[in-house]
Amino acid sequence: MQRYLARRILQSLITLLAISVVVFALSRLSGNPVDALLPDDATPEEAAIVMQEWGLDRPLHIQYWSFLRNAVQGNLGDSLKWPGETAMAMVWQRLPATLQLGGFAIIVSTLIAIPIGVLAAVNKGKWFDGFGKLIALIGQAVPSFWLAIVLIWVFAVHWNVFPTSGRGGLEHMVLPAIAMGWYQVAALMRLTRSATLEVLDNEYIKLARLKGVPEWRVIWVHTLRNAAITPLTYFGVIVGYIFTGSVVIETVFAWPGTGLLAIEAIRARDYTVVQAVVLTFAVVFIVANLIVDVLYAVVDPRIRYT
Amino acid sequence: MAVIESAEPNAFRRMWRWLRGYPLIPIFVLLVLLVFPAIFADVLAPHDPTQGAIRNRRQPPIFFGGTWEYPLGTDRLGRDILSRIMYGARVSLSISLVGIFVGGLIGVTLGMLAGYFRGWLDAVIMRLVEISLALPAILLALVLAAATGPSFQTIIVVVAFVLWALYARQVRGEVLSIRERDYVARARVAGASELWIMVRHILPNVANTIIVLATLQVGSVIILEATLSFLGLGVPRPTPAWGLMVADGRQLIVSAWWISFFPGLAITLTVFSLNLLGDWLRDRLDPRLAQV
Repeated sequence: MQRYLARRILQSLITLLAISVVVFALSRLSGNPVDALLPDDATPEEAAIVMQEWGLDRPLHIQYWSFLRNAVQGNLGDSLKWPGETAMAMVWQRLPATLQLGGFAIIVSTLIAIPIGVLAAVNKGKWFDGFGKLIALIGQAVPSFWLAIVLIWVFAVHWNVFPTSGRGGLEHMVLPAIAMGWYQVAALMRLTRSATLEVLDNEYIKLARLKGVPEWRVIWVHTLRNAAITPLTYFGVIVGYIFTGSVVIETVFAWPGTGLLAIEAIRARDYTVVQAVVLTFAVVFIVANLIVDVLYAVVDPRIRYT
Repeated sequence: MAVIESAEPNAFRRMWRWLRGYPLIPIFVLLVLLVFPAIFADVLAPHDPTQGAIRNRRQPPIFFGGTWEYPLGTDRLGRDILSRIMYGARVSLSISLVGIFVGGLIGVTLGMLAGYFRGWLDAVIMRLVEISLALPAILLALVLAAATGPSFQTIIVVVAFVLWALYARQVRGEVLSIRERDYVARARVAGASELWIMVRHILPNVANTIIVLATLQVGSVIILEATLSFLGLGVPRPTPAWGLMVADGRQLIVSAWWISFFPGLAITLTVFSLNLLGDWLRDRLDPRLAQV
């Protein structure tokens, strides 16, 4: 177990390192970062002075090394467009809003998806199964940004039951969470359904039924406990989707989180802030996957640590 | 379930029985919404997609107070929404086809190399696959758009980058078992070169997988492209891309809902049909892919 853990952590670090190289390389691809710092009419001499100040005249691998050394210490440089702010501080300030909305969306979509998935498997081939399949197909076909706009149009403008945008109480989170979570519901439901079908086929389920365990217990305790392992592995992916989805949903609902920050930073051509958001997302995604893998090994002792 | 055969099935009934095996509705929707408009937009579209008549801006669609002149209404600049959706099909289709082709080519090649040669090459390629799968598509698009600015090429790079790893992983897994088959060993004994074996003996056996994977992906690529366009990270204006059109009408959803509504509906119906078609093709050609 410890060796497995060490290996997985090492793998995650390598992945993270590779992502940092990609992000850094792309930042230098964009041409001279100084252009974003100076007005258009700066002379080449002035540009050279600023480049020296920022260390941009050094060889690339040395620049990457100092970028990495600072990044490890949580320092991703100053914002280019919002003076006096460091990029990381801006991300930290926005992160709670994203975690709040994302966490809410994950909880709600799980609570919806797993019961529907289990019921669809139990009623395989009947109308409920078809209903579940339809929800899944729609969820995978509707683009979240359009769903968000239609939800605002119908529920916020036409019927006026939920606010159109902004951060606030629970009622502010309902529409964004639906728009963000529908795709997750679709995917999670399909996974739960197939996992449940597999478990229902097992001898120990038949034995439980023979012993006279009530049917609801067979389904919701015996079966679900064993079937839940497959959807669990999917949670790493869900966290990734929720974070990248936040870029879209927060833009539509003006939710002041990191996703909206990313778009604002791109519009302002503030490269360091974009970099900070992307690296933060990558860390969250990788850590989530690491936790899932470890949990998976803990929950299911049948898994070999290879 | 018992099916009661009628004594003399007529020609119409035989035809229907033959057709019933095919996903007709998705194919029909795809032809009408995606393929025909993409190919024949120049002929079919009633108006210029980028040049509007500003005096006719925000015309409502037919049945909502509009006229047949603009069946789906017009946008803020008086451009015909129907025509823009038709030209938008061209953008969606070309980006997904080119992106899937580039990503598939890279992924299949690397997957075959990894599965066939094993060893350090396999280790390196699979590591790259993991890294690529760990970097979510929109993040990459954000970085690229911030670095180079949005363009057709940027989206192709993003799409290819997102897709190649899936092909590489799937193809590698299959090649691992195919390379152990007798006919591969015989070809080798007969003196065939490695390249010949890969192209003539292995590639045809992974073709089904590649076709199914590609079909299943067209829908998600169309959504990805539309999302990037919506965020302003996709093709630049005034190109009529479906995602851009939804973004155009976002602020006007109260007064002119049709500007956002119809392009989004086009995306939804297209992707819905593509997914149905992909599922059907998978069941027909390669049921093992059900997990993907």
